[in-house]
Amino acid sequence: MNITKETDLLIIGGGAAGMSTAVSAYENGIRDILILERNNSLGGVLRQCIHNGFGLHRFKEDLTGVEFAQRYIDKIKEYKIPYMLECFVIDLSDDKVVTCVNPSEGLMKIKAKAIILAMGCRERTRNNILIPGVRGAGILTAGTAQRYLNLEGYIPGRSVVIVGSGDIGLIMARQFVLEGVEVKAVVEIMPYSGGLPRNMKQCIEDFGIPVYYNSSVTKISGRERVNSVEVCRLDENRRPIPETAMKIDCDTVMISAGLIPENELTEQAGIEMSSSTKGAAVDECNMTSVPGIFSCGNVLHVHDLVDFVAEEAEETAEYAASYILGNMDVSYSGTIEVLNGEGAGPVVPCRINRNIRAESANLMFRPRNKYRDAVITVKLGSRILAEQKSIALTPGEMCRISVAGDKLSGAAGPLVVSVTGTINN
Amino acid sequence: MEKQELICIMCPRSCRLTVSGSDGSLAVEGNMCPRGHEYALSEAVHPMRILTGIMRVEGIKEPLSIKTTKMIPKELLLRAMDEIHKVKAKAPVKAGDIIISDILGTGADVVATKSIK
Ligand SMILES: Cc1cc2nc3c(=O)[nH]c(=O)nc-3n(C[C@H](O)[C@H](O)[C@H](O)COP(=O)(O)OP(=O)(O)OC[C@H]3O[C@@H](n4cnc5c(N)ncnc54)[C@H](O)[C@@H]3O)c2cc1C
Ligand code: SF4
Repeated sequence: MNITKETDLLIIGGGAAGMSTAVSAYENGIRDILILERNNSLGGVLRQCIHNGFGLHRFKEDLTGVEFAQRYIDKIKEYKIPYMLECFVIDLSDDKVVTCVNPSEGLMKIKAKAIILAMGCRERTRNNILIPGVRGAGILTAGTAQRYLNLEGYIPGRSVVIVGSGDIGLIMARQFVLEGVEVKAVVEIMPYSGGLPRNMKQCIEDFGIPVYYNSSVTKISGRERVNSVEVCRLDENRRPIPETAMKIDCDTVMISAGLIPENELTEQAGIEMSSSTKGAAVDECNMTSVPGIFSCGNVLHVHDLVDFVAEEAEETAEYAASYILGNMDVSYSGTIEVLNGEGAGPVVPCRINRNIRAESANLMFRPRNKYRDAVITVKLGSRILAEQKSIALTPGEMCRISVAGDKLSGAAGPLVVSVTGTINN
Repeated sequence: MEKQELICIMCPRSCRLTVSGSDGSLAVEGNMCPRGHEYALSEAVHPMRILTGIMRVEGIKEPLSIKTTKMIPKELLLRAMDEIHKVKAKAPVKAGDIIISDILGTGADVVATKSIK
């Protein structure tokens, strides 16, 4: 099939990341832009986030997710940036050709000078976390429950047990209570919550919902519909202790076990993946191993704050714009590897170009534990390049530390990010 | 008053705050911005929350998302939701339209957060 269309910048995904890259690319002088979105409207996961807590950094206002998305939709309309809805991207190749389908135009092949991958995440399901028992009705993921309730207007159950303590589950726990649904328990396999501390406070503690840490749902019972679950505490090796088994009656099991970046297209294009972050391996400009293909937002790594998604997306778009305009130094003089040391999870970016193109490199990662009086350090050999103190850190919150570009230029690497402090899981 | 540890919920940064002192003169530490100071004082004395939720729209399946224009006392959240469940919005609705004014005498209005045609 021949190329049906050519464009300067093609953006795959019209969520917070895709929309912010489009707006920022426009503001950086790019006019020939196209956003491809498979849903029937822009906004991505924000469309179903009716709660507040969005945009405090970006707009200095406490917006709901829906309102935050609308700000960007309005900008896209103001700038007349083209977007195609109900357009599913089915293939991406390393020569920057995208194959997509849309009900009105059928199959299309679009070639672009630069592509930004902004496909977001999907949720981990029961199969990903392996809970034995029936396959009856009443088992769903938190994001699906959120969509049913907030977009389709139907309440998925009367009494629910939540598996996992990711943010979506916490937010849904509160909304269920407000809608008159009984929330029996939150069961978390880890010794700490996977969500933001503020959500533990305002969604769980505010309503006195019991949380069982170091525990897991070992069985789901019921014939046509769930009628109870069995919860066990886990031993040090994360194996259930049978004597601790406890039965909880409920008609719904909601799984909130985190998100997985949607990287099928990235892999199809043969883009190098990072074995630690599970997203594309990117440099300090969020450029992948294929020059001109960039990645940002939840598809690159799971964010908890849309404000940081927007910021990351804007930076990415600036680099994409300078790539398109021919202003980016694409010469390659080797890279500085970025590694996670003690106490730190996988770091984005995983490499920095040795002739660094940015004023500073922003490194993002999650701590491995809950810490008090923590210090984050970035070291090159024994030299400390950046240091940051924090009263408290938790894996539910992404950490960010930036290293000045001049300190990095010419360095051989690797750069090691680590966290020290008092562990209080 | 004992030293009280709080988590600021005013923005996702989740600063850890401590409030100490007695009623008339409370001291707040750990906040990274003035909103945290304000939050800690109110949380120590009388917790307040923004309410967000959904409500039915006449003749339409898709619900309308709503919020209170300012914080209301935490203990009124469920009662406010009962009030909201009693009414149905009528399309068309524009984001920002007032659906219920001065809910439960709190001085806060319930407004639409999206538009429905
Ligand atoms: C329940 C929940 C609560 C949250 N709470 C907060 C909060 O209180 N405060 C806060 O700041 N942040 C919060 N966040 C985080 C923030 O909303 C997200 O990190 C952010 O919206 C992610 O944006 P994104 O564009 O990367 O991904 P998404 O919004 O997932 O967008 C990706 C888009 O790509 C499209 N797409 C994917 N594959 C294809 C394809 N092959 N072809 C075409 N289109 C495709 C999808 O349809 C989707 O629209 C929350 C997130 C969730 C889920
Ligand atoms: S004190 Fe300020 S910065 Fe810290 S969580 Fe509260 S509102 Fe956010």
